[in-house]
Amino acid sequence: MIGLEIHCQLTNLQSKLFCSCKANYREFEPNTNICPVCMGLPGSLPRLNQKAVEKASMIAMALNCKTPQRLGFFRKNYFYPDLPKNFQITQLNMYGPTSIGEQGKVSIEGKEIRIRRIQLEEDPGRLIYEGASERTQITLVDYNRAGTPLVEIVTEPDFDNPRQVRIFLNILSDLLENLGVSDPSLEGAMRADANVSIEGGLRVEVKNIGSFHDLEKSIHFELTRQQSLAERGIAIAQETRHWDDKRKITISSRSKEEDEDYRYILEGDIPWVIMDSESIEKWKKNMPESISSKKERYITKHAIPAQVADVLSSDKYYSDLFEQAHTESNAKEVANMITTDLMGLVDTREKREQSRLTPKHLADLIEIINSGKITRSSAKNALQEIVKTGKSVSEIVSQTGLAKISDERELVKIISDVMAQEPTAVQQARENPQTINYLVGKVMQKTKGTADPTLTLKILKERISS
Amino acid sequence: MSLAISALEYISSVKNGSITAEEFVAKTLDQISKHEDRVHAFISINERALDQAREIDKKIKSKEKVGAFYGMPISIKDNISIKGGKTTCASKMLSDYVSPYDATVVSKLKSQDAILIGKANLDEFAMGVATEFSAFGPSKNPWNTDYVPGGSSGGSAASVSALECMASLGSDTGGSVRNPASFCSVVGLKPTYGLVSRYGLVSYANSIEQIGPIARKVEDVAFLLNHIAGKDQNDNTTVDNQSQDYLAGIDSGIEGKKIGIIKEMSRGAGLDKNVESAFWRAVDSFEKLGAKVEEMSLDMVEYTVATYYVLTTAEAGSNLSRYDNIRYGYPMDLEGYEFKSYISKARRNFGPEVTRRMIIGGFVPSAGFAGKYLLKALKVKSKLKRQVLEAFKKFDFLISPTVPILPFRFGEKIDDPLAMYMADINTVTANLTGIPAISVPFEIHNGLPIGVQIHANSLQEKQLLQAAHALQGTTSIPGAPL
Repeated sequence: MIGLEIHCQLTNLQSKLFCSCKANYREFEPNTNICPVCMGLPGSLPRLNQKAVEKASMIAMALNCKTPQRLGFFRKNYFYPDLPKNFQITQLNMYGPTSIGEQGKVSIEGKEIRIRRIQLEEDPGRLIYEGASERTQITLVDYNRAGTPLVEIVTEPDFDNPRQVRIFLNILSDLLENLGVSDPSLEGAMRADANVSIEGGLRVEVKNIGSFHDLEKSIHFELTRQQSLAERGIAIAQETRHWDDKRKITISSRSKEEDEDYRYILEGDIPWVIMDSESIEKWKKNMPESISSKKERYITKHAIPAQVADVLSSDKYYSDLFEQAHTESNAKEVANMITTDLMGLVDTREKREQSRLTPKHLADLIEIINSGKITRSSAKNALQEIVKTGKSVSEIVSQTGLAKISDERELVKIISDVMAQEPTAVQQARENPQTINYLVGKVMQKTKGTADPTLTLKILKERISS
Repeated sequence: MSLAISALEYISSVKNGSITAEEFVAKTLDQISKHEDRVHAFISINERALDQAREIDKKIKSKEKVGAFYGMPISIKDNISIKGGKTTCASKMLSDYVSPYDATVVSKLKSQDAILIGKANLDEFAMGVATEFSAFGPSKNPWNTDYVPGGSSGGSAASVSALECMASLGSDTGGSVRNPASFCSVVGLKPTYGLVSRYGLVSYANSIEQIGPIARKVEDVAFLLNHIAGKDQNDNTTVDNQSQDYLAGIDSGIEGKKIGIIKEMSRGAGLDKNVESAFWRAVDSFEKLGAKVEEMSLDMVEYTVATYYVLTTAEAGSNLSRYDNIRYGYPMDLEGYEFKSYISKARRNFGPEVTRRMIIGGFVPSAGFAGKYLLKALKVKSKLKRQVLEAFKKFDFLISPTVPILPFRFGEKIDDPLAMYMADINTVTANLTGIPAISVPFEIHNGLPIGVQIHANSLQEKQLLQAAHALQGTTSIPGAPL
């Protein structure tokens, strides 16, 4: 059995959870995105960011959670150098349900994963370990991150295997992106700990997992470790283990010393937040269309194949492009162009940020293909150029000679050349008409895809059979 | 020119040109240098006070807009942050801490041309009833310097009583404004929880404490409250008071008002006989003013001191945990410490009372004990609140002696924490229930002041100040015999 504790930063918010420092701390020099509040200076008080409540509540609703009647904040008291106040402001259901959501569910491949609780809390600062050796190692603290709004999602132990964990995290990551609350591709924006146990054994918590890829590995390692212990009749202790990134194994933490008592108390500086139905209805209305609803719409309204619709709807970048570029008549073609031609060009965060492509480019490209001015394969080349330069479609077509060669005399000349260079292929095509495609390909190569493919085939057939 | 004038008299004198801010501030600074050796009300003095007074005089002369305080010298308890100056909380832990920002109350006073004459002494982190726990030495009672001035805002009350400033801002977690006000024969108000912003007040028990004004006259307290109260976006617990004017109609009297005498605070074994008889003379005064007075009971009061110490230590344990010798405390050597030796040194800069409360504060909310202590205390707190709300359906005010005992000598109670904590029994109810309460000087017994406490319902400060003003009118108390 596997359960997860996932931390997601609300990276798209303007400010931190309790002050007006930037939630996007990543571009700052160390310890420059700080103020008396997020540094916990004597006398400072937290001021709750209402937008964070709204966005976190949207996540809870999207995960089918119950919304409490009031929100409460609590102090989790523990000592750690990354924690400016030596307590973290978080949520708890100490006096009834008062965290941002509880009892939700997500279904993956027909299996239901229950969400136990979702809470809104502040991220601590960041510790950076430096030094030449273990002995001279020093720890640097950067408080730029301290106070960043964080949503913790705790699942029930409903996963059977690491694969389900991966699928769940992909769905969750897409969902957060689609809600517009977070960019999960940012380093450290989404982190997870796992609780792993096998039949008859106690629960082991695995922490310090750097990536989702390692999460899968660590769960796999931990299951194997526990099973081999069980086979040898050794009891599995309840403990916290750390993922050793270098050796790719889990190692036991000093379990007794880490058995902490957080001495939770109510955070009196933040009054109860009443979750009135009016605000909740308003937030619900403001929630973007869900991924599943988008997919359904793409299939039924635009007759887009299920697989294409799936890819398109689950990635906010693609679905936003699609929504803005498509019309009733070109929807299917826009979808195809995104999923077959564009995807390879903008498959990383950096490439997307650098891309100059706009939805209008896509619509124009489809139009110019349909008008017969360029070929589909020229369009692919044009797309590459657009992503790089942002030039308009008409500009590219006129500047780069991508216009389709539909002039029969010009094509005849090119085809003659190709046939002269490929006597063997010509001979083969005469014997087996199927192989004529090889020659079509050669013509396309020579014209960099600008030759009208239908016309090329027609001329080739005439010349070969004559 | 006398320093013993009221804030309102000061303002009209400066306005009509009979005195200047510079003259008054200079004389105040003289008074400070003359008496500080004996009183020790201050931890630090504003070196720029005279310059600031001159600037304000210049504004007055050139008929520029001048803030409502006209350069009036105000002392600020040293757990309230003033930008660029030390905020020590009377602790070695923060002896070199310089605040990079102003508390909301401080920026309000500054913008109204008050002169913040100095930072007043207190019990370390506001924990105590005698100012004996200041790391920088105790303040003395200007009425008799062998006696404590009360606490924890002892420096604030002593500075006002000794004419070392016109008024002061203290903080009140369990009586820390009212107790020293009573011991030093000045007026001290604990406002409704949320009426005054706590932003910049170093937290001790944040769910119940408030900043409160201390002055020699009730009307001066009302004047200060006018300028510090109201909603603050930096403190989510503040309430909108609709810019109420607490000074207007302060002399309306209390004829026909219903007053309840809290039995549990006004009779019984722990009450000093002299305090008791003075208090019952105050009851007579209220009756002569036309109020209907009757005894009533709040039976939860018996448990309030225990409740108060459980709640406040739990919160203090959390609020003060940041003072851990990494960011505050003594200079960190790059070599660092081995972990265990670090832990043993981390809290060494705390004094004995803070240490005691931190230890209790680590215990009462801990797993296995929270149910027995913290949660039970929270239950008493809500039951007490229900009783008090019920009482205010019948009464306009609830009264008691402010402190059940007379000011005591230094060292008399310092080794008996339980006896010391019982001095809080009459003041903690206002903090636990959030209601406002004020201490008004009533009598002097053998040279030691006795104060009377009046409570009102939440946000009823205007009526409360009217009642206090009426009672003040029945008394004639001289200034402190320094």
